[in-house]
Amino acid sequence: MTQVIYDGTYEGWLTAVFEIYEYKLNDIVLAQNEALNTMLFADIHTVTTDISKAERVENGLRKRLTVLGFQSVFGAFQSEINKIDEVLFRFVKHVLSSDVNVEGDLGNDDVLAVKKAFHFTTRESHRMKAFIRFKLTKDNLYYAIIEPDCDVLPLIEQHFKKRYADQRWLIYDAKRKYGIYYDLENTSVVALQFDSGVSLSKSSAEFFDEDEGFFQDLWRCYFSSVNIASRKNTKLHLQHMPKRYWKHLTEKRPDLNDFK
Amino acid sequence: MVQERVMEKLAILADAAKYDVSCSSGQSKRENKNKGLGDSTGYGICHAYTEDGRCVSLLKILLTNHCIFDCAYCVSRKSNDVKRAAFTVQEVVDLTIGFYRRNYIEGLFLSSGIFDNPDYTMERLVRIAKKLRLEENFNGYIHLKAIPGASDGLLKQAGMYADRLSVNVEMPTEQSLKLLAPDKNHIDVIKPMEYLKNEITEYKEEKKRNYKIPLFAPAGQSTQMVIGATKENDLEILGMANYFYEKMNMRRVYYSGYVPISHDNRLPAIGTPVPMIRENRLYQADWLIRFYGFNVNEIVGFDQPNLDLDIDPKLGWALRNLDQFPVDINTADLELIKRIPGIGFLSAKKIVAARQFKKLQPYDLQKLGIAYSRAKYFLAFASPFRLQQDFTSIQIKNHILNLQKSKYKNDFSNQLVLF
Repeated sequence: MTQVIYDGTYEGWLTAVFEIYEYKLNDIVLAQNEALNTMLFADIHTVTTDISKAERVENGLRKRLTVLGFQSVFGAFQSEINKIDEVLFRFVKHVLSSDVNVEGDLGNDDVLAVKKAFHFTTRESHRMKAFIRFKLTKDNLYYAIIEPDCDVLPLIEQHFKKRYADQRWLIYDAKRKYGIYYDLENTSVVALQFDSGVSLSKSSAEFFDEDEGFFQDLWRCYFSSVNIASRKNTKLHLQHMPKRYWKHLTEKRPDLNDFK
Repeated sequence: MVQERVMEKLAILADAAKYDVSCSSGQSKRENKNKGLGDSTGYGICHAYTEDGRCVSLLKILLTNHCIFDCAYCVSRKSNDVKRAAFTVQEVVDLTIGFYRRNYIEGLFLSSGIFDNPDYTMERLVRIAKKLRLEENFNGYIHLKAIPGASDGLLKQAGMYADRLSVNVEMPTEQSLKLLAPDKNHIDVIKPMEYLKNEITEYKEEKKRNYKIPLFAPAGQSTQMVIGATKENDLEILGMANYFYEKMNMRRVYYSGYVPISHDNRLPAIGTPVPMIRENRLYQADWLIRFYGFNVNEIVGFDQPNLDLDIDPKLGWALRNLDQFPVDINTADLELIKRIPGIGFLSAKKIVAARQFKKLQPYDLQKLGIAYSRAKYFLAFASPFRLQQDFTSIQIKNHILNLQKSKYKNDFSNQLVLF
């Protein structure tokens, strides 16, 4: 048995896949960054991320999968579901060893698991396109904080870049401690020390644009005005807007007002 | 903006607009060019959900709730004693842009009470859409109400700036409209629909020959019927919907369960429950017609003019047509698989893809996520799996009903509970 240790990135995982074939490693276990201490007697193979090796694996997959199928590999990886890297490795093995495209082979556990993981990430990235709430600061930056289950920022970047082409914005993933910043020309990845106190403290009136609090109140007012009380359906409401997202949803936080 | 006044107007005019149930923000591609604001890719986004579980994707407001008409079912009717308000053109533009930039909404759904005359009202709606498109370089979604009686010229302009236009028929039959909306004329509702249908088709044809032709209501038109305010049966309602889909090329027909808002004795009294199950069943039937290849006559007919409330229309059809089952999912056509209760549109596609690799067994179906406990009565598997014994449709119905829990169970009865 061999433990293959990589750096936890997608390119790192692709390199690991390449080297498992290159060194003909059998019976592997994948580990991110450090060896699993539950496996004392396994051999250890450490992977150094190598873009050219990663690309060769990608090219192999591209040849054997549809565009959507190829995207689903990255998408499933971003789901961060426990052990998804090993499921994906078995999936890749299945893809590379078949003469035909196996995306439809949903009777195969790994193919189905990848499809489900991809769906999981896609659903959340769609939710983030919906649930991000920008707040306008004094220096004309629209910024939002998110804490999604999956690492969706790379998947929603283009959507926001196209949509808000004429405003500077920053979306920060507080769970993974990085964000994406758009400067009216390009997007870039930023890691910043976020003083989380800023959005909550009383001094935030100095931080935000003077109309920001008014628009938040308008939105809350709108949100409660369009509700039809005699049709109340809490189950459906929660199904569409799970509680774990409420923390950053203006309309679900009447207690927070960044203005007053 | 005079902040307090705007807040008050928003509360009044959003509240008055909420009975219009259309919420679609998709089906329109409007690309962001020259660093403008907004981009529509063709699929809608629901930005929030209210406590009644309905989606919020657009800023849905009335320009004003002043109205010269006195339609009994409408909360803004002339004779109703409610607070009245009106937005200015600039206020609507500012609200839309402010909300859109904060990612609260996909765009604007603007309707209005009819003040003065139809053209005057329509002209204001068009002016707002025009301002958003031309001055704000806005590429988000705009849904405008086509005011019955407005001139063709204004409707044409509306189509140039809006993604979707809609005229609400409100009452499923002419008699009901006459009874409840004496100022309105059935023909006034149908005429703009017909005009829009012709324009939309024409622009679409033209666009195939010349891609530079501007967009004209690219998301088509929709309409809405109020359910349960009058005594129409589901056959009449679905028949009307079918007419709109086939003859008017409607993208959507919406069904709005009547929420009692009036003491008018022509209408259900205040406190009567909203017919939510019936509304749901109508939507299910609507989906069967549009996406599952069902004909309206297969779902309702003169012998049973109303949909079952306790079971969905697809199961209802299957139970009336047991001779079509069992179906072998390993060999049957996609179209037939879609008709099996418990198997949806996407599951049917998954089945057809997966069966090319291996013969599917019940265990595989369960993993694919179909409602197996419901579907199993209609499936055939080759040995060694046993065939379901011959149940009668009543037995199957009871088996399935015993499996499900519904908080609406008490509302399944068609009988009106009076006191």
